[in-house]
Amino acid sequence: MTETTLPRPLLGRLLRGAASRIRGGEGGFPWLAASVLATVLACALFGPWIAPHEAGAISLADAMTPPAWEEGGSSEFLLGTDNLGRDILSRIIAGARVSAVVALYAIVISGLIGAVLGMAAGYFGGVVDALISRLIDIQMSVPSIPLAMLFAAVLPPGEAMVIFIIVLSYWTWYARIVRGEVLSLRERDFIALAKIAGVATPIIFIRHLAPNLLNILLVLATLQFGSVIVFEAGLSFLGLGIQPPQVSWGGMLADGRNFIEVAWWLITIPGIAIMAACLASNLVGDWLRDTFDPVRRQI
Amino acid sequence: MLKRIAQGLVAIVGALLIVFVAQRLSGDPVALMLPMDAGEEDFAAMRSALGLDKPLPLQFAIFLGNALQGDFGQSYQWNAPAMQLILERLPATLELAMAGLVFALLLAVPLGVLSAVHRGGAIDRAGKIFAMLGQAVPGFWIGLLLILFIAVELQWLPAFGRGDLSHLLLPAIALGWYPVAAMTRTLRSSMLDILESDYIRMERAIGLPERAIVWRYALRNAMAPLATMIGVYFANMLGGAFVIEVVFAWPGVGRTVVEAVFARDFPVVQAGVVLSAVVFVAVNLLVDLSYGFIDPRIRHD
Repeated sequence: MTETTLPRPLLGRLLRGAASRIRGGEGGFPWLAASVLATVLACALFGPWIAPHEAGAISLADAMTPPAWEEGGSSEFLLGTDNLGRDILSRIIAGARVSAVVALYAIVISGLIGAVLGMAAGYFGGVVDALISRLIDIQMSVPSIPLAMLFAAVLPPGEAMVIFIIVLSYWTWYARIVRGEVLSLRERDFIALAKIAGVATPIIFIRHLAPNLLNILLVLATLQFGSVIVFEAGLSFLGLGIQPPQVSWGGMLADGRNFIEVAWWLITIPGIAIMAACLASNLVGDWLRDTFDPVRRQI
Repeated sequence: MLKRIAQGLVAIVGALLIVFVAQRLSGDPVALMLPMDAGEEDFAAMRSALGLDKPLPLQFAIFLGNALQGDFGQSYQWNAPAMQLILERLPATLELAMAGLVFALLLAVPLGVLSAVHRGGAIDRAGKIFAMLGQAVPGFWIGLLLILFIAVELQWLPAFGRGDLSHLLLPAIALGWYPVAAMTRTLRSSMLDILESDYIRMERAIGLPERAIVWRYALRNAMAPLATMIGVYFANMLGGAFVIEVVFAWPGVGRTVVEAVFARDFPVVQAGVVLSAVVFVAVNLLVDLSYGFIDPRIRHD
């Protein structure tokens, strides 16, 4: 970076400071982002033990309590309550669990499908490649939100459907990148030698190709964690994703929307949770990419 | 070019195949149509009347034939052909997507140019932070915040419905929000390349005013990569409009489809999904074909 030697206006320096503090400096480990991500995962794992209240516990006497720092707030409900008197903090924690579980399943399954198809397309080439590439083209020509509507209309709603829909729109991402990677890997000597030595194709895939793809898959998965959380929140917001009584951040926003004129905290707090989780995983993903894969900054 | 058009057609047929599969996943439609006490012969008669007794590839061919004529059946809720209902809502969605695009460009072009000119300065840094946030904040939440602050607290603009320009503003911002970051970064990098090119140095040497060099000569050439992105983002916005339309009660294709999902009005859902796929493919095709006009150096053979 040659630009660092130039004298910079004060505001620029301040903003730069803010950016590097969030990002963890040039190439440094993004501590803040990583701890946010760790918090989300901790909520997902230990949610029921951390949460001050039960996420679904209704207490009409406490309905619409504002956050603790507002007038009329109570330290019992740090982030306030909704129209049924349910504790927002506890629901955010419960929502983290649902978001993280859905995102992890969706990412692992779409990663596996994408990796296997991408490896097959890149390694075998010819008809296999043509078929798989066409499949990717077709999949990518249907915008993902309308596609989600289509399956939401025919499948029973819930976690499994949300995961299915996400996998349907995300596997192409892995498949395309893995295919490109394998195209160059297969020209390398160690693959050619394995082939000459008569190693069976499945063994070549597992022993020789897959280990070389792990870094890139890990980077992709982290970068997608945030995007999947946003996608799930959108579906749940529309009422097509996670169904009550299960708690989801998108569903909380949909509920809060009805009280937008009286309770600002119902639509700001779940949104901040979505933003923080997504931002954190993007920043950690960026760091992983720069560390493991400094050559290709395109993904 | 012909190859590209053929690929587009294959993609649309593929999209129709996905819709067909989803339709079959929805279960046996006959069971819903007949009374509980209907006999085995009634089921068989109904199936053959609907063509459900034919082999699946033939059923798909029939479905394809109907789809090409725009026939997706009658809406269950409204006594009208499904595609007609969707087409009636299309102008509202196109209007919203266009407005979103205009908003995105109005923000991205000055931001991109200024962050290239004052590289490393305040605007450039702010642009980077904005880009990080832009990717992480869902448009529908931006929409809710706009309703909360602009419509409810300040009461400057209406929160719901479609009407004059004031109704269009908030949903357009919510929809146009997402691509701003990517557009800004693209324009910034192409501006940086061009500002260092020979002909710009030449113009500086002649003594043209810096403002004219940047905003007239450099920007015109730096727009090419952005122009190719515009089509792709426009196509994506048509999909994104599904959620934004619900937030702002905008009477477009997206809201109609979401309502149809809840009403189990499958023909309307089908028609909406197919139409958005067709528009998506068509826009992308147009973008590909327009490369040659924007930058004659990359003419298609």
